[in-house]
Amino acid sequence: MNPPRSIEAVESASLTPISPAGEPSPERSTPLLEARFRKQQGLQFSLDVAFQATPGFTILFGPSGAGKTTLLDCVAGLAKPDAGRIAIGDSVLFDSAQRMDLPVAKRRVGYVFQSLALFPHLTVEQNVQYGLTHLPQAERRARAATILQQFRIAYLAHRSAREISGGESQRAALARTLVTDPAVLLLDEPLAALDASTKAKIIDDLREWNRTHRVPILYVTHSREEVFALGERVIVLDAGRIVAQGTPHEVIEAPRQETVAQLVGFENIFDATVEAVHPERGTMTCRLAASDQGDRVLLETPLVRADAGSALRVGIRAGDILLATSLPVGLSARNVIPGRIASLQQRDVIVSARVNCGVEMEVHLTLAARDSLQLVPGREVWLVIKTHSCHLMQA
Amino acid sequence: MRGRVVPAHCRRDGGATGFTKTLQTIMAIDWQAFRLTLQLAVTVSALLLVLGLPIAYWIAFSGWRWKFLVEAVAALPIVLPPTVLGFYVLMALGPHSPFGRWWISLTGHTLAFTFTGLVLGSILYSLPFAVQPFAASFASVDRKLIAASATLGASPMRTFFRVIAPLSIPGLITGAALTFAHTMGEFGVVLMVGGNIPGVTRTVSIDIFDRVQASDYTAANQTALLLLVLCFAVLTIVYGLNRKAWTISPTGKL
Repeated sequence: MNPPRSIEAVESASLTPISPAGEPSPERSTPLLEARFRKQQGLQFSLDVAFQATPGFTILFGPSGAGKTTLLDCVAGLAKPDAGRIAIGDSVLFDSAQRMDLPVAKRRVGYVFQSLALFPHLTVEQNVQYGLTHLPQAERRARAATILQQFRIAYLAHRSAREISGGESQRAALARTLVTDPAVLLLDEPLAALDASTKAKIIDDLREWNRTHRVPILYVTHSREEVFALGERVIVLDAGRIVAQGTPHEVIEAPRQETVAQLVGFENIFDATVEAVHPERGTMTCRLAASDQGDRVLLETPLVRADAGSALRVGIRAGDILLATSLPVGLSARNVIPGRIASLQQRDVIVSARVNCGVEMEVHLTLAARDSLQLVPGREVWLVIKTHSCHLMQA
Repeated sequence: MRGRVVPAHCRRDGGATGFTKTLQTIMAIDWQAFRLTLQLAVTVSALLLVLGLPIAYWIAFSGWRWKFLVEAVAALPIVLPPTVLGFYVLMALGPHSPFGRWWISLTGHTLAFTFTGLVLGSILYSLPFAVQPFAASFASVDRKLIAASATLGASPMRTFFRVIAPLSIPGLITGAALTFAHTMGEFGVVLMVGGNIPGVTRTVSIDIFDRVQASDYTAANQTALLLLVLCFAVLTIVYGLNRKAWTISPTGKL
């Protein structure tokens, strides 16, 4: 897996390619997708990005409205940037300086939409052969048969595209695009509506295909699991800007931008001041900005490059905090903070507890934990937080 | 009970008079006018199926900011009195217009009061009845399907014939059938442009008008009824087909 990296490695909105230094690059000739463009949409929104995507999966991660689909549309040629340049290796798709704007049909960009867009009046086989008209019929048949086999939907060949199930449609849409040998592949949440096991199988098939066809794949998703399952690299997009990029580990596990933090679900985000730095232990002590009446709260956090007295933000996931009803001893966790339950609220099968410990923290528990600990509002508790559950961000 | 009595009654004198009556009815209808009207309606529908497609395609997909002007012009025949349209067509075909002069220099005779002139006027008159259903069905094709076709390397032409047109078949049938039924019954434009020349420009509706002028209400009624039944049959078939098509094909909106 990925070696642990210090979070300084994540340069937000970095324009340099993310190329892990230690990794060998056996296929130096494989085309790189290089894009740098901007597009204004109405008065409110503008997309302004610069990135490179090497062969393999690059995840585009971000909230809805961040511009992910617009970005893919610009690469595919379905939307026209106001200015910039998009190229795959030596072939230029778009260059405003040269007034170059290759038509969609000539870009060799494979694009699988969220809605899949299978042609409903054609069979699965006709759908898959749709992009192969330049080939002789025998070759067309052979290629379609191979890809249908590879995606395990050969039995669907003669079924109408409107008659097949969701998972089958997803496989058919992928097969239809991949059979054309695209130079770059754009996937806009094609697996969003699938259950986890079907999704995992399709991801395996995609990976298998990618082993033999080393092309850049831009994969849009909202799902954290998909980021970790697929991601070699992640680009985080927010409000039309790239706010972070790097490996999933770097970007998701130690985000430095608050937008990223909110994206990956930090229920607790606090302003904090660095109280003391302990380079020898690899930690720091941070003081949370408490509400007026609260006691001051000190947290031991991972070390980042910051001086004592500087301002930071700390994000803690509600599910990463433990609750104890008596003062726990003999723990490896460095933060044990006394507090009092302010409220308990059941949401589906989890219980969300708000605990006042100088600041108010949200903690997620199971129903069983609430019942066996007999938690009620007003009850005195201790919060247990591991050092590495405290994620530091720029203030 | 009555069912047994009636055939016996018919076989004697009632049957004979019924047959004569039917014969008289058939004789009263001007079949030449009917054949001419059918010929006109089929020709106009076929031509508009060809001419209407590119116009409808442009209306459905063009991003031109002044497009609404063209849309208004294309819809004009719906609201324009047929005599007004007919008048201008007559003027355009006659020897006083550049087009009319060009045609006369080309063929030696004027287009006015000919079957070809009638076809031209009818095309203009029925244009919105073809173009609007076509354009509406093109526009309702899911844009993602069109985008998918392009990303799979298909030219706009191929996308039209492989994706847009097959998914617009109900709209194409509607447009052709409306054109057909509309042309079957047109009166004002025909009278202005074609006049009333038997076998050349005398259509069914002119025939009916003529009969009424001559106080031959029986004959007018027979012809009018036949036209009514025919147009109703065409529309019934169209709406029936479309309903079926809607239930099996997606609406195109995702």
